[in-house]
Amino acid sequence: MSQSPNNLPTRSDKMFTKILIANRGEIACRVIKTARKMGILTVAVYSDADSNSLHVNMADEAIYLGPSPSRESYLVAEKVIEAAKRTGAQAIHPGYGFLSENADFCRMCEQENIKFIGPPVAAIEAMGSKSAAKNIMEKAQVPLVPGYHGEDQTEAVIKKAADEMGYPVLLKATAGGGGKGMRQVWSEAEFSEGFAAAKREAKSSFGDDTMLVEKYLTQPRHVEIQVFCDNHNNAVYLFERDCSVQRRHQKVIEEAPAFGMSETLRQKMGESAIKSAQAIGYQGAGTVEFLLDVDGSFYFMEMNTRLQVEHPVTELITGQDLVEWQLRVAAGEVLPKTQQELAINGHAFEARIYAEDANNDFLPATGKLNFLQPPVESDHVRVDTGVRQGDDVSVFYDPMIAKLIVWDENREKALQRLTKALAEYRISGVTTNIDFLYNLATCPAFINEDIDTGFIEKHQSDIFHNNEQTLADELPIAALYLVLSLAERAKANAADTSDPYSPWNSTNAWRLNEAHIHQLTLAHNDIEYPVTVEQKRHGSDSYYLITVSNKTLDCQGRISGDTLYVSIDGYRSHATIARNDNEISLYRQNGAFNFTYIEPECGNDETTNNLGGLLAPMNGTMVSVLVKTGDKVTKDQPLMIMEAMKMEHTIKAPEDGTIDALYYAQGDMVDGGCELLAFTAQEKS
Amino acid sequence: MAKIISKINSRSPEFIENARAMQEQVCDLKEKLAEIKLGGGERSRERHLSRGKLLPRDRVNALLDSGSPFLELSQLAAYKVYDDNVPSAGIITGIGRVGGQECIIVANDATVKGGTYYPLTVKKHIRAQTIAQENNLPCIYLVDSGGANLPNQDEVFPDREHFGRIFFNQANMSAQAIPQIAVVMGSCTAGGAYVPAMADESIIVKEQGTIFLAGPPLVKAATGEVVSAEDLGGADVHCRTSGVADHYAQNDHHALKIAKTAIKNLNRTKPVEMNIQPIVEPVYDSEEIYGIIPKDSRQPFDIREIIARVVDGSEFDEFKALYGTTLVCGFSRIFGYPVGIVANNGILFGESAQKGAHFIELCAQRKIPLVFLQNITGFMVGQQYEAGGIAKHGAKMVTAVATAQVPKFTILIGGSFGAGNYGMCGRAYDPRFLFMWPNARISVMGGEQAAGVLAQVKRDQKEKRGEAWSAQEETDFKQPIIDDYEHQGHPYYASARLWDDGIIDPADTRQVLGLAISASLNKPIEETKFGIFRM
Repeated sequence: MSQSPNNLPTRSDKMFTKILIANRGEIACRVIKTARKMGILTVAVYSDADSNSLHVNMADEAIYLGPSPSRESYLVAEKVIEAAKRTGAQAIHPGYGFLSENADFCRMCEQENIKFIGPPVAAIEAMGSKSAAKNIMEKAQVPLVPGYHGEDQTEAVIKKAADEMGYPVLLKATAGGGGKGMRQVWSEAEFSEGFAAAKREAKSSFGDDTMLVEKYLTQPRHVEIQVFCDNHNNAVYLFERDCSVQRRHQKVIEEAPAFGMSETLRQKMGESAIKSAQAIGYQGAGTVEFLLDVDGSFYFMEMNTRLQVEHPVTELITGQDLVEWQLRVAAGEVLPKTQQELAINGHAFEARIYAEDANNDFLPATGKLNFLQPPVESDHVRVDTGVRQGDDVSVFYDPMIAKLIVWDENREKALQRLTKALAEYRISGVTTNIDFLYNLATCPAFINEDIDTGFIEKHQSDIFHNNEQTLADELPIAALYLVLSLAERAKANAADTSDPYSPWNSTNAWRLNEAHIHQLTLAHNDIEYPVTVEQKRHGSDSYYLITVSNKTLDCQGRISGDTLYVSIDGYRSHATIARNDNEISLYRQNGAFNFTYIEPECGNDETTNNLGGLLAPMNGTMVSVLVKTGDKVTKDQPLMIMEAMKMEHTIKAPEDGTIDALYYAQGDMVDGGCELLAFTAQEKS
Repeated sequence: MAKIISKINSRSPEFIENARAMQEQVCDLKEKLAEIKLGGGERSRERHLSRGKLLPRDRVNALLDSGSPFLELSQLAAYKVYDDNVPSAGIITGIGRVGGQECIIVANDATVKGGTYYPLTVKKHIRAQTIAQENNLPCIYLVDSGGANLPNQDEVFPDREHFGRIFFNQANMSAQAIPQIAVVMGSCTAGGAYVPAMADESIIVKEQGTIFLAGPPLVKAATGEVVSAEDLGGADVHCRTSGVADHYAQNDHHALKIAKTAIKNLNRTKPVEMNIQPIVEPVYDSEEIYGIIPKDSRQPFDIREIIARVVDGSEFDEFKALYGTTLVCGFSRIFGYPVGIVANNGILFGESAQKGAHFIELCAQRKIPLVFLQNITGFMVGQQYEAGGIAKHGAKMVTAVATAQVPKFTILIGGSFGAGNYGMCGRAYDPRFLFMWPNARISVMGGEQAAGVLAQVKRDQKEKRGEAWSAQEETDFKQPIIDDYEHQGHPYYASARLWDDGIIDPADTRQVLGLAISASLNKPIEETKFGIFRM
């Protein structure tokens, strides 16, 4: 039950004057912003890789923690405590991830008389173990998904429980979160492999491989309630967020409020969430995650005892600053608002901009952000980021570049804001998921609220535009853009020469006594399409006959900034276009389309024959090597397991053959593109 | 500048009829060229492609900077000259942008008689080199040729302007710092071996290019040694052992990319030192030229109507507009470059010749390129005009044209007859470029006139002998002469023999002139020293 505080929130004399943020990236920057607004000094901490990062430059003071790997810097509790003591910080904001849900760290803070901005140790401990949390919730009569949360961790016991509740089941690390150490298992046969992998990930991510297993609902939504409790026995819920759109159990786009929620259900879930929090004596910001079934029944999944990545959507619909709430509650103040004073205003979305290759199984990407231009921030658009142009997305941390958050008075309008802002987001140097997010946001099912946690898998062909028909206009538009931008660039280059008006500067492919034709090859989803662009007339009244697969369209166009205004057979429209060398992204009403301009094959200057080797698909760490030199392997046999960004990737044998040499051992750091092992394919008989 | 006000009525029956006639001629030209551009027969093209080689026009396209124009030269070379069909004389030449520089490209077409050199192949290759030399343009040779065409060796090998001149030109251009780049993409046999060997930089494609003085058959015949073409003169031999080639290419595209890189490393700039202005398109549609040129070449038309459809903004500042009115002279711009235009508007009289000479002097002193729009039946004849000194006035104009050092460009838009051809900068007067319209005719005099002169001589002889010559007999005598002149004066006949640099669509005149003028500015304009003008 929410309770009204007796008096209005006022500035407490106990408010901190200096806090340390035990985190990095966007969340560190986010916390610094609010602290600064409240007149609180901030201390950042940093590793080698972050010595010139944004959060370090934003903070008033910064303390070096250690080498880049987080287990040697951001995860070393002693170093963080030491930094707080050295700088005289009275409190530590842990952000999310790293030490945010580490009870030992929380306890150390207590011992050192530093305020941990978060719940009490007992609450973290209660929720830190998922099995324990479920037991508590069961007692508090919070509905639970059927599952096994027992202490007996032998594989046979857990497997038996899984067999009994029936597949599919979900294996989870009890200490986990964020999709790490989590595996879906669809049949009895897959159990052992999934169990081992989940344990391995859990061990490396959390140092604890205790697992639980649950019934896996096939069409559930992920709806979570933001709760806040102070130490004056007040508790409120700040409504819900729908985080159903996930890939590999990582949230992709979140929104608040959840669509299709009745006031009754909202209240029921909110009160259930408060009950959960109160069952463990909670204080501060917390999130209670529920699975919401199609029939309106909901089940407790877990409680996150920290500020969530997606908290901004709640901020935008409630008009509250949750970090400010955290600081006030930690300083002993009462909650700034009562439940009656809280209301939902409008609709908000958050899209997580990641450095990753959505077309290649979301493989994390790294590199330098050569160009970074977020959409302009306004009352409707907010960008939370921890990077600037020129920064590196390194192999050491989560590859999130930014969170794009938009608000408008209803879902439809907010969604339009989201697609527009995504189309305006410009990043080059690193592969990002922006096109993927755009396609998701423009996918009819997403617009029509036909969403559950299997959304991405279900609508794969829509999201990735696997259907060639959809390219009938997009290919000509991309080709037209290439031809027009070639002309623009040539004109700009010519302007600086001694011969700026020469007809030789033009890129009209002019030929004597024959048609003026540009032959282009564009690839989409690895399929190549030859495109012929015939230029008719020159100068301002030029138009183009663009032919793709024997269909010719009469096109005209004009580039203005990053918008192409185009007329195709008299149909006028426009597209926003982002170009990164030979990669062209087209943002249209029906989605984002990525094309690659294919240059003629020139062969290699040096003979680089890699047929006999296997290359690392990314930067990362070698988790395990499953074969020995001289082993005979069969096609698709796992050879090595690499880890990057805490996700595992298995290197498999491309065909039957022999392992000639291994170049990396367990624990080694590997650069993307390096040869991992020497492999000889078996001669085909 | 003064804008030309067109007086054309594009709805008049004459205009429509004229336009239709010109359209037919342009279509005929383009149809013939479409055939010619295929190169050799389908089988030889297929064989060429099956070896992993690009067709020569695709090589040119791949070599050019993205979207670069290509001003092809002498497309009709060797058209109906030999018993064999030798499209474009088996060689593609032209100017295009490579690595940001205007370059001459010379590409053998191995699908045409193995890329061997017919007499006109040699002439076309040398003409391209001459253009390179006169305009200071780097040369890129895409070599894929079996060398001299042996059955025609007497017209290919021995003379001053024959095969040897190619290498003479390479050496001398290299000496003048005009870069010579060779890309060996096929055979490069015997004399041909000197193209890469004498180049500043040479590139060879592995398993495609070969360079040797004597091929395997000749080696076997001479010494009994049996060796494969690849081992005798392939890329590995020449890049690793002999040093005849500098760059090893994996395939055609790779080789062309290396050639482009070589051009980018030349450290050349274009010294455009003249007052240039932003481009203004002509006010009038260039295709209207079709309707302006009379179907009947004897009908007069106002040349200013043509100028209005070629020059920037249709603006033309005429010089001596009221004097010697059969020659129109004046200043204009084409693609922003200043030009002096000399254009026929009737037969040349003494006054018009003197005016022309004066105007050419102005342009030479001011270093303004000259454009000649040639449509001339000749200088005026007759006692009055001979007595008036038409010969010396004509000589003044010819002297001025011959010695003016500014770049000159000639377009044959109608007749090109007799001494008019000289005064209006015909081929012999070294215009940097000379193009013809499909309706143009070129001969020492008109067919009718020539037949008339010859008939008069014949009649005189017959009369001396007291023989009769009926009107019918005279007509029968004249007709074959008229037919011959028509045949030999036709642009296809002329262009096949390289009397020009190509036939162009009249609507493309502005574009072609713009490209040609711009290309010519790679060479700084020199001071002119005129000869003695007979006063």
